[in-house]
Amino acid sequence: MTYIPNTDADRAAMLAEVGVGSVAELFHDVPAAHRFPELILPPALSELEMLAELRSLAAANWDVQMTPCFLGAGAYNHFIPSVVDAMLQRGEFFTAYTPYQPEISQGTLQAHFEYQSMMTALTGMEVANVSHYDGATAAAEAVIMALGVARGKRCKMALSPTLHPQYRAVIYTYTQGMCLEAVGEDAPLGDLAALAARIDDETACVVAQNPDFLGRLYTPAEMQALADAAHAAGAQFIVSVDPISLGLFTPPGEYGADIVTGEGQSLGNALSFGGPYLGFFAMKLSDVRKSAGRIVGQTEDAEGERGYVLTLSTREQHIRREKASSNICTNQALNALAAAVYMAAMGKHGLRKAAELSYHKTHYAAGQIDALSDYAVVGNGPFFKEFVVKCPLPVAEINHFLLEEYGLIGGYDLGQDYPALENHMLLCVTEMNTREQIDALVEGLAEVADAFPHPNPLPEGEGTSANLPLPLGEGRGEGGRGEGNRRQAND
Amino acid sequence: MTEPLIYEISRPGRHADYLPDLDVPETALPAEGVRADLPLPELAEIDVVRHYTRLSQLNHSIDTGFYPLGSCTMKYNPRVNEVAARLPGFAAIHPLQDPENTAQGALQLIFELQEMLAEIAGFDAVTLQPSAGAHGELTGVLIMRKYLYEERGETQRDVILVPDSAHGTNPATTSMSGLRVIEVPSDARGNVDLEALRALVARHGPNLVGLMLTNPNTLGLFDENVEEVVRLVHKAGGLVYGDGANFNAILGIARPGDLGFDVMHYNLHKTFSTPHGGGGPGSGAVGVAAHLAEYLPGPVVAYAHGEDPHPNPLPRGEGTDLFLPFPAGEGRGEGDWDEHDHDHMGEFYWTMPAKSIGRVKAFWGNFGVLVRAYTYIKMHGAEGLRAVSENAVLNANYLQARLRGVYPIPHGDRTCMHEFVAQGILAGAADVNTMDIAKRLMDFGFHPPTVYFPLIVREALMIEPTETEGKETLDAFADALIQIAAEARAEPELLKTAPHTAPIGRLDEVRAAKNLILCAAPVCLG
Repeated sequence: MTYIPNTDADRAAMLAEVGVGSVAELFHDVPAAHRFPELILPPALSELEMLAELRSLAAANWDVQMTPCFLGAGAYNHFIPSVVDAMLQRGEFFTAYTPYQPEISQGTLQAHFEYQSMMTALTGMEVANVSHYDGATAAAEAVIMALGVARGKRCKMALSPTLHPQYRAVIYTYTQGMCLEAVGEDAPLGDLAALAARIDDETACVVAQNPDFLGRLYTPAEMQALADAAHAAGAQFIVSVDPISLGLFTPPGEYGADIVTGEGQSLGNALSFGGPYLGFFAMKLSDVRKSAGRIVGQTEDAEGERGYVLTLSTREQHIRREKASSNICTNQALNALAAAVYMAAMGKHGLRKAAELSYHKTHYAAGQIDALSDYAVVGNGPFFKEFVVKCPLPVAEINHFLLEEYGLIGGYDLGQDYPALENHMLLCVTEMNTREQIDALVEGLAEVADAFPHPNPLPEGEGTSANLPLPLGEGRGEGGRGEGNRRQAND
Repeated sequence: MTEPLIYEISRPGRHADYLPDLDVPETALPAEGVRADLPLPELAEIDVVRHYTRLSQLNHSIDTGFYPLGSCTMKYNPRVNEVAARLPGFAAIHPLQDPENTAQGALQLIFELQEMLAEIAGFDAVTLQPSAGAHGELTGVLIMRKYLYEERGETQRDVILVPDSAHGTNPATTSMSGLRVIEVPSDARGNVDLEALRALVARHGPNLVGLMLTNPNTLGLFDENVEEVVRLVHKAGGLVYGDGANFNAILGIARPGDLGFDVMHYNLHKTFSTPHGGGGPGSGAVGVAAHLAEYLPGPVVAYAHGEDPHPNPLPRGEGTDLFLPFPAGEGRGEGDWDEHDHDHMGEFYWTMPAKSIGRVKAFWGNFGVLVRAYTYIKMHGAEGLRAVSENAVLNANYLQARLRGVYPIPHGDRTCMHEFVAQGILAGAADVNTMDIAKRLMDFGFHPPTVYFPLIVREALMIEPTETEGKETLDAFADALIQIAAEARAEPELLKTAPHTAPIGRLDEVRAAKNLILCAAPVCLG
């Protein structure tokens, strides 16, 4: 298959104009010994053959359209109105690039200006940028910005142990050439006061997640107390937040956040095996000149007509080069457009309803599971759409049973990241899960507990009283896969 | 021609109902922390469709016209890619679902793409995790740093050499990695200045992390001394990083790995036809030579058959029998996966490279972008990819030949690769500059080239036609530029006041940066 329009006759005419006898002659600058290597690749396929192959590869995967899914942990199965993809498939949007020429890019620019506005509304902050790569890199860029705000004079970052383990891993990777030392991950899970106690006058920033990785929803007062502790020490307060939760709950702008980041996938973007997603990033107006990433501003043309341009580009790499606030260039623009169309279509009422349905269904599921004799919902605080369940068997065994016998995708195995939470499952319920699916999950959990002998049934009477905070143990979220990449300070 | 803001068409109480009623008992909301107001717009679906459709019509795009934006490779985006990425088995799968039992198709696709990209650029291992070119650069430089610091214990090394023609991301990446940038000048022929490089290597040798080199460079030229450049850096103990932004020029023509590059990022959204999306998403996959393979971010996908785990990657060529979801010749695409071969299941698995720099992103990379690039490569094969670069380079040389003598082309005496750099400097039209020419091109229905870059060429116009444009389009574009050169002398006002047919006139960028309005009323009080 080819997408090359030129014919042999075209090429002959063009070669004559260029003044060479063959296309091969155009490559005389390439060292002869390495020119025209043989590439060992599979034979080219027609579109007909390719689609057949792709369909068989895709069919080997269990998709959440056919398989009820109770897995979250940073990627969420929320409803996407059909209008979102219909707008995304307009070639004028998806086959354009960064709007460097604003006169012929007003569609992208205005849509992104509106995205910024709606994201500002959602987070309760003063300004949002057009996106980072995902929730993890947005958090890492927030940490680097906080370091910049402290002019490199503060070299500690306090990370909540219930910030997504992969976000913490990415923060480590991003900052390995910087002076930063991580503290706080040894605090008991869910104990914001203990995290606050790790803050001192060398701390550049505090990063917490709400709802946190374990689903726990902190009250505005609890979050404000952490913000106050950060600010009292002169540190920035960074909050990573689930955007759907903001359809219902107080935004971080109202409890002292300096920077709000998060994974925007839930806003109209497909699960797509982990990407492309978008990291949203919102802040105070006074900090915007220190921030990274593209920002659209409103202005006028010579006739006074309102229009939009990329602005504050003097922060960016193509102008500032080695002095730029980040190296980011291409971002997740089309995913930000999806988020914008989603927020516009769902609107004030729809987003709240998605959040309410998720909340009520999650609590229904938690109640049913907690009533099972072999399981206990763990935690003593409110939660939104995810919760932790103590299981009588290894999570992988339960999930395998649920998949094989009930055709369900079960929850996340928390033992991978938190050794103290071995045999604990993180379950997620959204508006996509019907009561029938939830009841099937509960039935499956009961059945697997009965079907397989397990040495340690829960003590009588243990239920919601099984409390977090728990000691985290030695692992500190490094993950069973060895991904933690924890490093020494000042390496 | 402007479109109201989404908040301006919002009406209190208007809404669409996408979600069903609650089918479980309600639970009381928490006493604290329920938000009072959610200031999002209120619209009917038709309002949404008309708004975004009208907005889309204010954009120039590849679908609506020629887009010769240098270094961005604005080639046609095949529609089959869009169908592929939206198959439910790709679009509706959770990144953390059981890879062994529920996602083997996705892992196989990732594995094959790793292998094919390694083959195309001559590397030994590839990660698909980085999300964009700059993200790939950060990955690559962190790999170089960690390798030198930990494998060789040379922690004094902190200098990266960057040619003066480089993309701004190269120096920005260097400082983000905690390293220092030293600029290398270009010579009169547009190559890296070898004498200057020798002097810099002599001076910084023990502190050298390496060199970041874009080849072909941003002048559109294949460095005539590339092997010597690589040799000099290696001799000083440094590593050579390849910026793959311009890889579209050399598919099947040259492999950076063969030329001695240690690490390179690919821009799948440029070279391999995935849509640019109005500024992303991209994918900045990174390939490395064998000595750096264990430092890649991960996890990456590896392959095992039964008890026989294969190295990642496979020796060159050995993977070709894996490049099919079914063994060759067995009715590819026929029948159902499960019916075909149960032994196939469980062969692909995630693995973390032993000395990895760590994760650079949550999950596995921009998978939807990877599906598109995979589709593109498999539909082209080796010969098809070489034809892509041959035609991209021929198109650029043809345009360069047609514009020679009309606009100054600093290195127009050389054969260019997939792009070339002209100058918006016209004798007899002293007041006209590159920006005027760029804006006037819009009136002819063309997106302007990249302007004022590379920085080493005054009034630069960087033109990259790509292989997916036909001769008529190139001729129409050359004719327009020739006409504009004449207008610049006869009626310069026509250029100064351009564009005349765009949806809006030239916008006041200084005003935008000075009186910051970054958010619409009523969210932010304007």
